Amino acid sequence: MFELDNVMLSRLLTSLTLGFHIIFATIGVGVPLLISIAEFMGIKKKDPNYTLLARRWTRGFIILVAVGVVTGTAIGLQLSLLWPSFMQVAGNVISLPLFLETFAFFFEAIFLGAYLYTWDRFKKPIYHWFLSIPVVIGAGMSAFFITTVNSFMNTPQGFEVKDGALVNVQPLVAMFNPATPTKVFHVLSTAYLTSAAILAAITAFYIIRKRNTEYHKKALKLTVGSIFIFALLTAVAGDLSAKFLAHEQPEKLAVAEWHFETEEGADLILFGRLNEENEVENALRLPKALSFLATGDFNGEVVGLDQFPEDEIAPLWVHYMFDLMVLIGFYSLGVSLLYLIVAKVKKWNENNKWLLWLIVFNGPLAMLAIEFGWIYAEVGRQPWILRGYMTVAEGATTSPNVGWMLLLFILLYTVLGIGVVTVLRKLFKKNPAESELERHYPEFTTKGEER
Amino acid sequence: MTYELIGITVLWVFLYGYLIVASIDFGAGFFAYYAKVTKRDHLINRLISRYLSPVWEVTNVFFVFFFVGLVGFFPDAAYYYGQTLLVPGSIAIVLIAIRGSFYAFENYGSKQSNVYLFLYGATGLLIPASLSTALTISEGGFIKETAEGVHLLTGELLTSPYSWSVVFLAIVSVLYISAAFLSFYAHRADDQGALNLVKKYALFWSSPTIIASLTTFIAMSQHNEDHFNRMMELWWVFGLSVGFFMLAIFLIYQGKYYGWAFIAVMFQFFTAFFGYGASHLPYLLYPYITLSEGVVNDAMGLALVIAFIAGLFLLIPSLILLMRMFLFDADYVKGKK
Repeated sequence: MFELDNVMLSRLLTSLTLGFHIIFATIGVGVPLLISIAEFMGIKKKDPNYTLLARRWTRGFIILVAVGVVTGTAIGLQLSLLWPSFMQVAGNVISLPLFLETFAFFFEAIFLGAYLYTWDRFKKPIYHWFLSIPVVIGAGMSAFFITTVNSFMNTPQGFEVKDGALVNVQPLVAMFNPATPTKVFHVLSTAYLTSAAILAAITAFYIIRKRNTEYHKKALKLTVGSIFIFALLTAVAGDLSAKFLAHEQPEKLAVAEWHFETEEGADLILFGRLNEENEVENALRLPKALSFLATGDFNGEVVGLDQFPEDEIAPLWVHYMFDLMVLIGFYSLGVSLLYLIVAKVKKWNENNKWLLWLIVFNGPLAMLAIEFGWIYAEVGRQPWILRGYMTVAEGATTSPNVGWMLLLFILLYTVLGIGVVTVLRKLFKKNPAESELERHYPEFTTKGEER
Repeated sequence: MTYELIGITVLWVFLYGYLIVASIDFGAGFFAYYAKVTKRDHLINRLISRYLSPVWEVTNVFFVFFFVGLVGFFPDAAYYYGQTLLVPGSIAIVLIAIRGSFYAFENYGSKQSNVYLFLYGATGLLIPASLSTALTISEGGFIKETAEGVHLLTGELLTSPYSWSVVFLAIVSVLYISAAFLSFYAHRADDQGALNLVKKYALFWSSPTIIASLTTFIAMSQHNEDHFNRMMELWWVFGLSVGFFMLAIFLIYQGKYYGWAFIAVMFQFFTAFFGYGASHLPYLLYPYITLSEGVVNDAMGLALVIAFIAGLFLLIPSLILLMRMFLFDADYVKGKK
């Protein structure tokens, strides 16, 4: 199928690091917003349940963020180690956002440190909440800057190649390339969606395990409500991304949709399989839907793979990655909507066991969707590392020992993964929310019992 | 000033910043482990963790800044170093990853564990050793350029006296800088028990530091004579460094002005580091890349400089806020908050 040459090993090692890092990066971008919302609601409603929520989320968050930081450092260095030729070009044209990302992260790290250690230091709790804002902004800006670099790899611009040299470089033009708006929107909305989904899943799991307190119910309502809002935004972002692809990067859309012939009124193909003649079998076909999604018109023309040379087409299996990603997105939207409806109707019980299980599954599924989405984003660009200019084969390192490094990093991520899970489990098992609420806010709990 | 000079100055300042803050962190890790083994951890470990908790992430960012800045300002250098440093670079990543995450696991997670503390202490010495490889290979003689690309001559690197003297210098400097800072911090916290211990560490590690510096000088004269001669032209800078070293040792020994002592340590390394850096020029990587040939195009150079200045306007006030909250807030240092 494929041979393990340097290029393939470099790709494997990069995808390993990115696949591991993206879990923590997504949480690192999304969770601060939810913490900030919870703390604000606690202040606004004078309800310690929400404040405690923010505190406990922060405690888990900081451990995940630490892994995000170290794996982020890893990928930052690894890009230069594994793709030196690509980074040489990147340094010349797109290093501005890379540099700015470091600033955004620095900013976030400073305020995260301050936020973490000052819970009870201010007389007015709102001052502590103010510290959360730079963390949310810094996290969002980091995501923005790094996503512009990925966008640049898809639709490079802002430079010219003359006799093999890069001339007329325009850093801002490179940064604000055609892929930037939709990609940034999509990355941010899904980071918030996935973070809310993970937190909701944990909460729902606790409720199933008979921790059915006020604290958990409020947490569930807040997180599932957030899932709904961000799932809606994600649907919009996904739609805009499809239209962008149809316009600027049609081969990437075509490979995801198994759209072989350029045509008007193109059908949307869901799942299915390819037979030996490359014909689609057993798929669900929605007539003309692809044209509508790509152009906004049921009879619009959608460019197919026939317009591209065979060696510039990505592997066709990314179709499944794309479909699974979209399917999970709609699952999140559906489950959160269902919960909100059930919660609205007085006679129904939103803490029904089946509904709770659906929310539990939504957490890992959302994270899987992030992984599928990035696999599609990266493999769907093949064979290019810089679309139209440089292939991955041209960008990879020629130094030996990449295979050993791959083994080394598999070991590292195994250790880190096991470590994170063990530490988080210990942290919250020893210290349930109820007893902590009593410890931090004794007057509130006694008052609550009188009611 | 040209972009290449601004660029290299900015990068060198960041690397210097990393040298100082990371040394404090790395050395503290080693001392924490050493104190545990010798059953004196009750004296200093609380002090160490109170300082490190709010700042560890900041340390990491200095490093990221340096290498991202190197890619931006000198893309060709990034290519050469990227091609050659795969193994030492990957080892450094793994060590940094283990250190950072296990620090968080222990500090924010569960109870104290000897395994964590050992990893924390060991990585503190191994990271500077592996990172120093980058400076070593910049002197030339460890890289081969063929038709397929650029490769590291691992055998040469592992048998070179220069390479080992740099490793030795890196490790002892870490311990010396860290002990000097902890003396200041313990003094500030009014913690007499801790102060006595870390002061001893600082005095103990001072002589290996100066010996290692001398052996590195000698090894350099054997390895890269041109660079050595350029260093000799800047003899007064290194002389100043020795002066600051003696001042620092005197102040620590005398035991009154620990803050000034640490500032003297910072100047000792500032002069030595910039003397080394200035004499390294015009080469970024001997003999392949020079400053003026390796620099990025003007448009990107300008953009990076503007971004850098704008970033400083954002960061400096934030850093001052952080330091006032944790480093210079006497109540926090003493553990009352």
